Amino acid sequence: MCGIVGLFLKDPLLEPKLGDMLTDMLITMTDRGPDSAGIAIYGAESEGNSKLTVQSDTPDQDFSKLDNELRKMVKGKVSMDVIDTHAVLTMQADQIAIARAALAEIRPSVRVMSQGDTLEIYKEVGLPKDVAARFNLRQMSGTHGIGHTRMATESAVTTMGAHPFNTGTDQCLVHNGSLSNHNSLRRKLRRLGVHIETENDTEVGAAYLTWKMQTGSTLGEALQSSLDDLDGFFTFVVGTKDGFGVVRDPIACKPAVMAETDQYVAFGSEYRALVNLPGIDTARVWEPEPATVYFWSHNAAPTAQEKAA
Amino acid sequence: MQTFDLEARGLRDLNATLHAQAENTNQTHWEIINPKGSHAIAVGLDAPIEVSVKGSTGYYCAGMNKQATVHVHGSAGPGTAENMMSGTVIVEGDASQYAGATGHGGTLIIKGNASSRCGIAMKGIDIIVHGDVGHMSAFMAQSGNIVVCGDAGDALGDSCYEARFFVRGSVKSLGADCIEKEMRPEHIAILEDLLERGGCDAKASEFRRYGSARQLYNFDVDNAAAY
Repeated sequence: MCGIVGLFLKDPLLEPKLGDMLTDMLITMTDRGPDSAGIAIYGAESEGNSKLTVQSDTPDQDFSKLDNELRKMVKGKVSMDVIDTHAVLTMQADQIAIARAALAEIRPSVRVMSQGDTLEIYKEVGLPKDVAARFNLRQMSGTHGIGHTRMATESAVTTMGAHPFNTGTDQCLVHNGSLSNHNSLRRKLRRLGVHIETENDTEVGAAYLTWKMQTGSTLGEALQSSLDDLDGFFTFVVGTKDGFGVVRDPIACKPAVMAETDQYVAFGSEYRALVNLPGIDTARVWEPEPATVYFWSHNAAPTAQEKAA
Repeated sequence: MQTFDLEARGLRDLNATLHAQAENTNQTHWEIINPKGSHAIAVGLDAPIEVSVKGSTGYYCAGMNKQATVHVHGSAGPGTAENMMSGTVIVEGDASQYAGATGHGGTLIIKGNASSRCGIAMKGIDIIVHGDVGHMSAFMAQSGNIVVCGDAGDALGDSCYEARFFVRGSVKSLGADCIEKEMRPEHIAILEDLLERGGCDAKASEFRRYGSARQLYNFDVDNAAAY
């Protein structure tokens, strides 16, 4: 069992309250997943810049003078905001790959949580309310975000086993369920050169989507093919720079409820997570159909599988 | 009328209060406010009382119900009226997966749509759905009736026994050993009674009947490859 929440805002006036609303939704889902929690938040974009969100178990040591050291290795400015065990490194977008390589060398114990122009991922072991407080999630603003509360079934309770997973630039994935063919798929993807860090089943799902998109699929196509290639139970919620998507396996035993108003599209593992959203009493509330890819986007020209907000 | 604020007083207090109502209680009408999708509202009732829930409910609302009438003025989460023995449960909105699962008796009326696995392993309950039902509905259904005024999803009635399924709209696919059956006068009479109890604006003549082909009841060596 796990809990998923997601909020995609159509009304920009709600953007300063995104973190606050998502935090309440996340905490409501504590009894579906009390062992770890995480949140992916899509914030403001700064022209030409991109962000790496990194994590360390020894942040005092690892983040000390990290920005200064990186400045010597990449072109342009580097800024660093440390938030508990995480730090957000902002730099020129074309320097991100160089910075990642440099980090592996100068700070091998630092783990990259996410990479993207607007995306930041924060996740840790612990009760959702404690994780939210550590990262001050309530104060965060943004256009959309996805949260996850984990009750581990397939692998260890660790920071790297927590969700969301970063699947590509500005992309993330959360999962409720359990994949049954993750070992064979992990071996296949590793043979193809895909980096997979842990024994976690969801990381394999995330790596699978990343690999599909790197080999020419759109996100919608990658989600569609996941229905053929992934065995087991899953409700996936994915985030992109422009929007978010939902897909459930054909059996669809993992719960999912959605609500839509003029102001937002919301996702919850249970209706309980949505009850305090504004206008919920008059929202359109429904369960996403099994084996069907849903997508909402801020993109003015959505693809066939997207829906303009 | 007794009003109970679930948010203020909590679930244990609610269910303990409802369980304390005896057969001859004079507090026969209960209104639950602020349900906010909470789990296990009004489960295990065993008295002829009427409980009205003003909002949407979470998992297992009105599970194991006996005698009581539970009326949800909203939508209901997974496992609503699971293992009901008798009484009536009415959902004004939609019901999530496995509504009425394993129900032995009583009537479950869903005025919106029911999700997947509606009536799974039902054992005598009558389920009346004004809208559609999702995939794998009536899986392993043993006895009782399901009425679907809309459409049914994939694999209706898979591996069913002696339950009856009446569907007005389309059936996406039938499950293993489930077939369409002749609608005889006695079935029309049963369906007319169900439609009236469910408050459905539909004519019995518009429905088709489905049920077991009875080919999976006993082991058949010719089917060995299918197991």
